Amino acid sequence: MDFLGILQILDSSLRLATPLLLACLAGLFSERAGIFDIGLEGKMLASAFMSAAVASFTGDVWLGLMAGILASLLLALIHGVASITFRGNQLISGVAINFLASGLTVVIGEAWFALGGRTPQLSGGARFQEITLPFANAARDVPIVGPIYANLLSGHSILVYVALLLVPLSWWVLFRTRFGLRLRAVGENPAAVDTAGVSVVGLRYAAVMICGVLCGIAGAYLATALSAGFVKEMSAGRGFIALAALIFAKWRPWYALGATLLFGLLEALGNRFQSLDLFGIPIPTQFMQALPYILTVVILAGFVGKAIPPRAGGEPYVKER
Amino acid sequence: MTLNKTLMGAVATLALTAGMAAAQDATPGLIIDLGGKFDKSFNESAYNGAQRWVEETGGEYAETELANEAQREQTMRRMAERGANPVVVLGFANGSTLDVVAPDYPDTDFVIVDMVVEQPNVKSVVFSEHEGSYLVGMMAAMASETGTVSFIGGMDVPLISKFACGYAQGAKAVNPDAEVIVNMTGTTPSAWNDPVKGAELTRSQISQGSDVVFAAAGGTGIGVLQAAADADILSIGVDSNQNYLHPGEVLTSMVKRVDNAVYDAFSAAAAGELETGITVMGLDNEGVGFAMDENNAELVSEEMVAAVEEAKAQIIAGEIEVHDFTSDSSCPAY
Repeated sequence: MDFLGILQILDSSLRLATPLLLACLAGLFSERAGIFDIGLEGKMLASAFMSAAVASFTGDVWLGLMAGILASLLLALIHGVASITFRGNQLISGVAINFLASGLTVVIGEAWFALGGRTPQLSGGARFQEITLPFANAARDVPIVGPIYANLLSGHSILVYVALLLVPLSWWVLFRTRFGLRLRAVGENPAAVDTAGVSVVGLRYAAVMICGVLCGIAGAYLATALSAGFVKEMSAGRGFIALAALIFAKWRPWYALGATLLFGLLEALGNRFQSLDLFGIPIPTQFMQALPYILTVVILAGFVGKAIPPRAGGEPYVKER
Repeated sequence: MTLNKTLMGAVATLALTAGMAAAQDATPGLIIDLGGKFDKSFNESAYNGAQRWVEETGGEYAETELANEAQREQTMRRMAERGANPVVVLGFANGSTLDVVAPDYPDTDFVIVDMVVEQPNVKSVVFSEHEGSYLVGMMAAMASETGTVSFIGGMDVPLISKFACGYAQGAKAVNPDAEVIVNMTGTTPSAWNDPVKGAELTRSQISQGSDVVFAAAGGTGIGVLQAAADADILSIGVDSNQNYLHPGEVLTSMVKRVDNAVYDAFSAAAAGELETGITVMGLDNEGVGFAMDENNAELVSEEMVAAVEEAKAQIIAGEIEVHDFTSDSSCPAY
């Protein structure tokens, strides 16, 4: 394995980690405000479908992105109404959203395109193209740093950079702004926030909506950047892996980056080395492909130390009378 | 209690309608498998065969589409009980289910594509995918400039290894030093519908030097062909003719005439002469082959066609024997 090979694997990890990272940050905002959200998967799927559908109608990927975010926001709103306003069970609402997205995308897709729930192939301006960072080609010949810049950092779609920038932004919003402090407080002790005269319901809705926007970007990335069109169930469990990464990351933005990159790396390794000889012992494909899931179980079994969720997570807030 | 009554009522009505339907003239039935009717590949080919039969004969047929793995038996039984005859099921995954269901409906004929089920009322249609794959493997090796070609399969099952093995043998027949990278998308049925992973595997293979990639992966293949077109390398489609998906970027398609299998079954049944047993669709009866049309005319040189046609004739004549992976679960070429 040479240097370039390693870079290619890292490159692939970054691509694969991006949807996980976006979904993980989405979950982070929601859960920090005390709203558990296992509907990340469904929101991603709905957004993937709408972004691909609108991009294929209009030929403009940015309109597609907007439509994807709107679809995801709509589902987020349903989750908000069910679990904040009507104080329903957040897990059940999340499961319902997953089922809803899984069924609706196929039904609507069949009605619009008659392609068995698939959207037409996108091309040209209807997809996010890979962008080359400035000086990438010039820097290629610089030893070590050059290839890292040109091969690893450059040449991704713009959403990858957006996702990476969202990590420091999320950290700043959550830990350095008044809004972030209140949002975290709502997840720990909503009664205290309420006593201070700040609306618990408003903050929680804000968090759920931010979650919707981020899931929307994640879904649009799947359908219009990583692939060229929507295929049924294309989120393929990434929303759930993102949830696992969120717990692994202990609900912190920078840790979320690390966790999702690790999952991306494992998936990339599984793709690249389908049959691996490790010191003469052949490792079967199935093991390599199961690795992310095995890791999830090992990590969640307490390997990372104690992961303490926001204290008021999962509990609807009832104002005292 | 009321619920119970309603349920019983529904069951009774169902049984009644089923009995009535069986008394009518039998219409053929087609059960589309999990990839979906418009997978641009295996299932779509079957659907097109049925449509061709409808257009030519003006007949009618019943059609359902599976939504998940658990519906196989239920759907097969319902189709048989509604009086469809023959019932055509697609894909190896139906094998064990059909083996159980078929004896319960001795008056109904079943046709299964891609699998052998040994029951007196089942017609098993299998294809010589290894022979067709051998031919496209030859074309891949001839078109490759790097000497490395690759294969992406859907679910890791012997049938897909049969494609891979034929492909590798064909590539090595042209260029003994050719390197063939073989990857499978996954080990569960979701591997047929994961274009994101298919595209990622393709990029991984390209980074390992491959410049022709053959996808035998259902809906996942769409992602493979897309990634190949994005990277300006050649790809090879499967089952249906997929050359049109990216004109000028798809070298050819290994077509598997599932449409003919369905069409033949429907026509034979209409004439009352459907024969059960095993039918092998190979190069000799145009069951498999490679697709040529205006979309790939510029990619395929005359020498390539000549070489492949010669090999085809030799395979039919028995001079070249292409190893079938499913015969002993091993492949001499990789």
